[in-house]
Amino acid sequence: MTTLANGGRTKSSGGLKVGRPSFLWSLPAITYFALFALVPLGVVAWLSFNSWDAIGSPKWVGTANWSAMFSDPIFIKSFKVTAILTTLGIVVQTPISMLLGVWAAGNQRNRAVLSVLYFIPLLLSAAAISVVWGQLLNPYFGFPHELHWLFGSALFNHGYLFSSPSTAIGVLTFVGMWQWTPFHTLIYQGGARGIPEVLYQAASIDGAGRIRQFFSITLPQLRNTMITSLVLMLVGGLTTFDSILILTQGQPGTSTTTTSYYMYEKAFQSFQFGEASVIGVVLAVVTVLISLIIVRASGWDKMRSTQEGV
Amino acid sequence: MTRQRPNYIAGVLTTFWLLIVLVPIYVLVKGAFQTQSNYIASGPLSLPKDLTTQNFHLVFQDGFARFFLNTGIITFAVVLIVIALVPPVAFAIVRNRSRTVTVAFRILLLGLAVPIQAVIVPIFYLISKAHLYDTLLAVILPTAAFSIPLSTIILTGNMRDITSEMYEAMALDGASSWRTFRSLVVPLSRGGIATITIFSALNGWNGFLFPLILTQSAHVEVFTLGLYDFTTANAVDAPAVCAAVVLSIIPILLVYLFARRWLIQGLMGVGGK
Repeated sequence: MTTLANGGRTKSSGGLKVGRPSFLWSLPAITYFALFALVPLGVVAWLSFNSWDAIGSPKWVGTANWSAMFSDPIFIKSFKVTAILTTLGIVVQTPISMLLGVWAAGNQRNRAVLSVLYFIPLLLSAAAISVVWGQLLNPYFGFPHELHWLFGSALFNHGYLFSSPSTAIGVLTFVGMWQWTPFHTLIYQGGARGIPEVLYQAASIDGAGRIRQFFSITLPQLRNTMITSLVLMLVGGLTTFDSILILTQGQPGTSTTTTSYYMYEKAFQSFQFGEASVIGVVLAVVTVLISLIIVRASGWDKMRSTQEGV
Repeated sequence: MTRQRPNYIAGVLTTFWLLIVLVPIYVLVKGAFQTQSNYIASGPLSLPKDLTTQNFHLVFQDGFARFFLNTGIITFAVVLIVIALVPPVAFAIVRNRSRTVTVAFRILLLGLAVPIQAVIVPIFYLISKAHLYDTLLAVILPTAAFSIPLSTIILTGNMRDITSEMYEAMALDGASSWRTFRSLVVPLSRGGIATITIFSALNGWNGFLFPLILTQSAHVEVFTLGLYDFTTANAVDAPAVCAAVVLSIIPILLVYLFARRWLIQGLMGVGGK
């Protein structure tokens, strides 16, 4: 099997040299992207050693920003807040989007109609979604007021969802779920479509039931899909911003002040761009590291197919 | 076959999810046509009654026509840049196996992991230095740049479906890389190009962070920012906020109705096999 696969690969990658693009074809896009993604990474590292208030020129201050930030209790706490929100996002969205995605990949008759509706949140801006949920969850004229029998309990802070740390985090998790589940559902749907039907047929012949099939075929076959979805959720969670700015402004207190929101406050509200750059560097390093670890640990970078040996 | 039996767990879950998605949309559309007093008195879930278009008048008085124009220009420009840059790089990644191109692809993959938030401070700095602050171009340039990585991944996935036999046929005809690109690659990856068009248009239309930090004047204000400011100023006027949100969605909804297939198929491919 392996030799056969290799034989095929050699043939397709070899062949005639005519008509193959030179690396120059990749140059415009890479240069443009580097200018706005890689160059800024260098600039943010440099700015983190400077003091800048957006008016004058940056002034070199050595490691002052770094020591200031790492003795800033709000900054330290923001990691905890970010970790909680990211973990909740992953724990809530993964099972829902996996089940919905696997279901949507099947051949049900009502699927086409429903999927049109399911994906509506995908089209809305995070700003619009946050604005809408801000209105819907308003304690005075939103659901908490109308459905007082449900939201009146202590669990929902008597309807004042934005006033207690736990319910505020609950709101952000819920709004994140509403916004992102359709996207991850699609990713899982694509993954589930790629699972060869023969595997299920063989399992049926062996007498495996639906649940057994899900755990022995669907789940392992979705490994790469899960990793992709997980990386995207992780990076998305670490950088949740729009919904926090619009819904909670990091409040109550600093209980929803995530690392990326704190950076925005430092830069564009306190105009301490040097200290904000420290947070920027930390954010970039953490997200890239976590993504690399996941990708390496899972072998995704080698693009190993889950269908090897099929 | 066992798989075809009705799946009750999935049925319950999908119905429940449908409710979660549709209830806010119902409130949004109905609320946009409700008077403020009626909305407050009867609650968000109430049935439609005493409908009015007053909310839309209010929203247009607030300069939403301007937001439409600005957001439209940004969206159009972002799509143009992405469509010009991504197909060539995807072609190189699929057909040129050299080390340089592999490194280029790795850089783009890294781009997926670098969050926009990490670079907003330096982008603000660079845009200020280039005297582009508070212009539409300031928003267009980085928005397009951050649409490139995922667009490239979507399109390379699409281009890998073109068989090597087709390339060999082109090569036997002595076709240059430019002719191969123009008469084989582009026509056969129209679906993928449609997908990245919609994807980058969504990025342009729905962008919030770049306009927030790179513009400040009303004449360059975009929809998402206008929505945010409008909500801050009219916090208790829920129906007017609903009307503003509905207006901001209409263009995207129209595109979705016509091009749903491309968007859905493209994003499904992200997970790989």
